[in-house]
Amino acid sequence: MAKQIEVAGLDAYYGSHKAIEGISMTIEPRSVTAFIGPSGCGKSTFLRTLNRMHEVIPGARVEGKVRLEEQDLYGADVDPVSVRRTIGMVFQRPNPFPTMSIFDNVAAGLRLNGRYSRSELEGIVEESLKGANLWNEVKDRLNKPGAGLSGGQQQRLCIARAIAVRPQVLLMDEPCSALDPISTLAIEDLISQLKLDYTIVIVTHNMQQAARVSDKTAFFNLAAQGQPGKLVEMDETSKIFTNPAEKATEDYITGRFG
Amino acid sequence: MTVHTGIHTRSAIKTRTGIQPISAARRAKDRLVQVLVYLAFALAVIPLLSLLWLVVKNGIGRFDMEFLTHSMRNIGARDAGGGAYHAIVGTLEQVLLASLIAVPIGLLTAVYLVEYGEGGRLSRTISFFVDVMTGVPSVVSGLFVLAFWILVLGMPFSGFAGALALSILMMPVVVRSAEEMLRLVPRELREASYALGVPKWRTIVKVVLPTAFTGIVTGVMLAVARVAGETAPLLLTVFITDSINVDPFDGPQMGLPLYVFDQAGRPTDTAINRAWTGALTLILIVMLLNLVARLITWWRSPARRR
Amino acid sequence: MRRSAFRRSRGDGPFRFASTGAGIVLLAIMAAIGVFLVVKAVPALQANTSRFLTELTWQPNATAPVFGIASLAFGTVLSSLLALLIATPVAVGVALFISHYAPRRLASVLGYVVDLLAAVPSVVYGLWGVTFLVPFMLGPSKFLNDYLGWIPLFGGDTVVGKSMLTASLVLAIMILPIIAAISREVFLQAPKMQEEAALALGATRWEMIRMSVLPFGRPGVISAAMLGLGRAMGETIAVALIFPATFKISFQILGPYGNSIAANIANGFGEATEVGRGALIASGLVLFLITLLVNMAARFVIARRKEYARAAA
Repeated sequence: MAKQIEVAGLDAYYGSHKAIEGISMTIEPRSVTAFIGPSGCGKSTFLRTLNRMHEVIPGARVEGKVRLEEQDLYGADVDPVSVRRTIGMVFQRPNPFPTMSIFDNVAAGLRLNGRYSRSELEGIVEESLKGANLWNEVKDRLNKPGAGLSGGQQQRLCIARAIAVRPQVLLMDEPCSALDPISTLAIEDLISQLKLDYTIVIVTHNMQQAARVSDKTAFFNLAAQGQPGKLVEMDETSKIFTNPAEKATEDYITGRFG
Repeated sequence: MTVHTGIHTRSAIKTRTGIQPISAARRAKDRLVQVLVYLAFALAVIPLLSLLWLVVKNGIGRFDMEFLTHSMRNIGARDAGGGAYHAIVGTLEQVLLASLIAVPIGLLTAVYLVEYGEGGRLSRTISFFVDVMTGVPSVVSGLFVLAFWILVLGMPFSGFAGALALSILMMPVVVRSAEEMLRLVPRELREASYALGVPKWRTIVKVVLPTAFTGIVTGVMLAVARVAGETAPLLLTVFITDSINVDPFDGPQMGLPLYVFDQAGRPTDTAINRAWTGALTLILIVMLLNLVARLITWWRSPARRR
Repeated sequence: MRRSAFRRSRGDGPFRFASTGAGIVLLAIMAAIGVFLVVKAVPALQANTSRFLTELTWQPNATAPVFGIASLAFGTVLSSLLALLIATPVAVGVALFISHYAPRRLASVLGYVVDLLAAVPSVVYGLWGVTFLVPFMLGPSKFLNDYLGWIPLFGGDTVVGKSMLTASLVLAIMILPIIAAISREVFLQAPKMQEEAALALGATRWEMIRMSVLPFGRPGVISAAMLGLGRAMGETIAVALIFPATFKISFQILGPYGNSIAANIANGFGEATEVGRGALIASGLVLFLITLLVNMAARFVIARRKEYARAAA
């Protein structure tokens, strides 16, 4: 079910401000692709254009093409709702639905999409929670509110919620930036397991994290404040971190700026 | 770890290929709700438009100099002519007096809640009763002034009695809006003043209140607009007269809302027309107050955004 | 005691005293409202030759005064509840329209338009109601009576424009802006994070609202509705012009029945004798207590909401 994503000449705007410009890349299926770069370089914006979450912000729009296995996500007849259904997302801060139980949080996406019997739902919820390495910690309190979990558990709950609908791609926007080191490690373990089934794209500020979990790394940068962000280079993670083609990449990775 | 074995055996979900459009039922429901929401807005606006249209259409005919400069003295319900001068004068005096009472008390209470209360029991009690006071029906405030001022103390019906009733309705509004504005004043500003050795009360008077000034003025104007249209409390305290009485401290007066109520209750076309014109005048005054208050807010908003 | 070099500034005491005093004046006014209403109500209640709480009629000016709150309180509660029933769904729709549906540039302007509804004085609603809505409602009322007459509310042999339904409709229009304004604020505060979570799962706009906005806003809407209820109960002049001022208990909302405590005060004050005024004050005391309860309940819900919001943050 993992799919390849192809991006060609993509620009994204907030009102009249151009946030990213001319991005083209191919994201391979069943792999982890990391986006790195200094704050404001547009890597999160770019991530959100991949499942049409960018346009949720008033005044935001996109130009260019994003293809999921030959299907243009921005085609005239494509409903953004179904795009998001197909390409799941995990956010920077864990955002479980506070009024729902753990079970209902995981089942939320499934319930939108049709009828499942209680036993089917129970099966999928259990599998998704196991898939998010959370099952053992919550199996005795599935009916308790999701907001009662720790930050790291909440984030894994959100991952379980995202994979419960069986997306073809999983986008992660700095999923560990609000978590402590132990929770971060748990999520990183999870990512390397999930990539066997999903195409994963992760935005991270953490250089070591990108090096640890990703197969490919894309470095984004911006010429100056107020200028649009651009893709500087994208390559095998090992190459980016040892022998990047661009000087800017090397400067950023070695901590000379950003 | 045996994690993804589960994912592979997941049988409940059909394997999907590509982007599946969402079901027609879901799309239809989304559309239906959208239509209902737009409809709700239309439903809310239709009465407003109908009302404003009728007020303008029926009120404009008698909106003349005679209306604005004459009273109803010696004019019967059937007679043409007559005006609301006595009512306009009465309303202005009553609202002004009400503000003179309510604004200082309201403002000082807000200062207490923000600067001195420190979340103690008294400040929590006051804060709670300010909320409760917001819900006091206007007719009850009129009854209170009737019982206390007129029946127990034996004072006459007068514009001032009406102002007392209106001030009770104004106070909680002034307190709440002023409190909100005072809380917006940054802490650093106060601390900067304290650090210079300026005593607290001078800090409040010279730093905090001036910073919050425009916001407080806006709140006061909205409070004035609210009470300027009140009828029930005036009915019980100001009573009704057809003559001009410029002394708000002695004898029955008129008020514009009372005038509308009085004329609307008389079953002739000339009286009903006067009621419409009174309504038009009243709405113009209230809308003007609202508009000025909004303009003040709008005018100062760039500074607040900083 | 020796004067310290660090003594308080001379102005601080008086200023603190004045502001504390103002707060206490406010409390005193609230207490005085209760006390003086009781003081003037008691003699009239003693002169009453019937039971105040159960008597239907209102003849306090007679030589043997007979008056009771029953029919008036009934009318107050029924008309306010009907108004609430009509206004709340529309107000929630309006609030959602402004918070989540209208184009962003238009939203604040349209919000202002709805706020204007609240700025219209109640006497103007009364005038509009009695000259326009009363005759206008005759047709729809007859229709309801003809086709839905088997429902007790719409039953009865006489159908008039000056009915409980028309009065409730005017009340509904008058309390709509306050319910809409509070609901709108609550909906706008709904956490963007959860809205995005719903959208990212492939929720439509309505599904997103149902999953994240409505659960968050529900307590706020409830308290807004209760504040609206309090307003409707105390509303006087508009309904005084519309109610036919009868003293009956009837659920036939299309018939020539209907009155409320507040409307009766406005209509009865002109010719009230001393006992009559006392009787009206007694009825006002009942109104004061009812609205006090409703408002305190609404505040209680709001206070709980704050805690909930804090817990969720």
